[in-house]
Amino acid sequence: MSIPNLLRTASLLIGSFLFGAASAQHDGHDHATHDHVDVVDSTVASVVAADSDAPKLALEEAEHGGRFDAGKLIMGHIGDEHGWHLWGHTTLPLPIIVYNTERGVSIFSSGHFDHGHKTYGGYMIHEGSIVATKDADGTDVHHATIDEPLTKATWDISITKNVLSLFISLAILLFVFINVAKAYTRRAGQAPTGFQNMVEPIILFVRDDVAKSAIGPRYMTFMPYLLTAFFFIFLNNLLGLVPFFPGGANLTGNIAVTLVLALITFIIVTVKGNKHYWQHILAMPGVPGWVLFILTPVEILGMFLKPFVLMIRLFANITAGHIIALSFFSLIFVFGETNAGAGYGVSVMSLAFTVFMTMLELLVAFIQAYVFTFLSAMYIGAAVEEPHHH
Amino acid sequence: MLLASLVEPSFGLIFWMTLSFLIVLFILAKFAWKPILNGLKEREASIADALNEAKKAREENANMMAKNEDLMRQAREERELLLKEARDIRDREIAGAKAKAKAEGDALLARAREEIRNEKNAAITEMKNQVAELSILVAERILKEKLGDAAAQKALVDKVIGEADLRKS
Repeated sequence: MSIPNLLRTASLLIGSFLFGAASAQHDGHDHATHDHVDVVDSTVASVVAADSDAPKLALEEAEHGGRFDAGKLIMGHIGDEHGWHLWGHTTLPLPIIVYNTERGVSIFSSGHFDHGHKTYGGYMIHEGSIVATKDADGTDVHHATIDEPLTKATWDISITKNVLSLFISLAILLFVFINVAKAYTRRAGQAPTGFQNMVEPIILFVRDDVAKSAIGPRYMTFMPYLLTAFFFIFLNNLLGLVPFFPGGANLTGNIAVTLVLALITFIIVTVKGNKHYWQHILAMPGVPGWVLFILTPVEILGMFLKPFVLMIRLFANITAGHIIALSFFSLIFVFGETNAGAGYGVSVMSLAFTVFMTMLELLVAFIQAYVFTFLSAMYIGAAVEEPHHH
Repeated sequence: MLLASLVEPSFGLIFWMTLSFLIVLFILAKFAWKPILNGLKEREASIADALNEAKKAREENANMMAKNEDLMRQAREERELLLKEARDIRDREIAGAKAKAKAEGDALLARAREEIRNEKNAAITEMKNQVAELSILVAERILKEKLGDAAAQKALVDKVIGEADLRKS
């Protein structure tokens, strides 16, 4: 584990550095959007407003002589979108589903937003999220006004790029594992064949090296969750590395997804935690009373901190990996802007680095799936552990 | 603000993630993980059984082999014993026969010698008797015939001796 840990730390460090750079840029944009007088920044502002198509627009800017913005390209790639940019000017429109008490449920295609340039059905895309507006359909977003109170009462459950990617990956999981399960019932007791052969070692790995070793004799209850979580994370980590449809969504690098996963672990631990577990949190046995004043709050904090760390770890690792790979890629265009020759020169290095990072990410894809599952199993194991009789 | 959107979970994705993940978790648990894990467990059990059985069979085989070996050894030992006994018996028989033959021979010889001695004694006695008779006869005839010369005497003796049948009387 020492080498993967090292790699993770390194990628986190680089990732946080890039985060810092990116946030500095955004401060500039904030300023620009508030100050519409600035003509030079108004193009940037339009990009920000329509950042559902940020990666494409960032490149367009470069094509039309504007400044290439690596931060925008990267953020667009690792963020979410209403519509899935396939290639060139082709974007797969996705269903927008919004609800608010005033207008009820509205369902329409994201194509009506015209890449985030126009309003439709009383809504528009502002800074990547759906906001309510009172302007008529087809109004340019720059002239539309946001209906703040209504926006606050609006719930957006659109099928975004990430949601579609989520559905695709879950469909793959269902298809693959139900078929594999069929193989187990059809060929009971026989040696595995085909795809069954490919997933069986991983299933055995999760069972023997994750669940059995971390949870103990009662591991079987938690196997379905651990297996589903492992394969979900692993598959989506891999899909995230595929640069085109149906890959390319940064699902496991999305905090909402890791939040839900960590929350499920937290709920399992809290619900399944036995007397022994709660006793150790609330009043650690064998510890003098006055120490408990310090220890119990720490333990309670730890209870929430563990799943929180699970959430952050997966999110940060995958996002950082994507940021680094895309940064190397962006270097080509950054250098290409100053001098075409430099761009070509750097492209060789960038390509090498991007390939290297992708290789590394393949490793990280497995390691992070393993780490998430293993730590979940550890927390569950601590919660269901029977007291030792010394 | 893009960065904020990155670390700020969106409601829509949480909603869909929770809903769909739980549904898939449920379906997979029921229709995939259960049969897969059961299948694995069964297969492992059957493999363990097969291995155990193979081990048992091997042990049995080894036992049988040992038993066979034992039987063979016993048979060999028995054969050795039988052969040895047979040899002993033969030797004893031969030795006995030899001793008996020797004893019988000795006895025969002894008897023969005895007989020979007896015959010899009888013959000697006979001879003594006949010699005495002959001498008497010779002397008688000599005394009866007056014999002029020595040559006539000698011829007479020869004639008397020739006439005497030693075997007779």
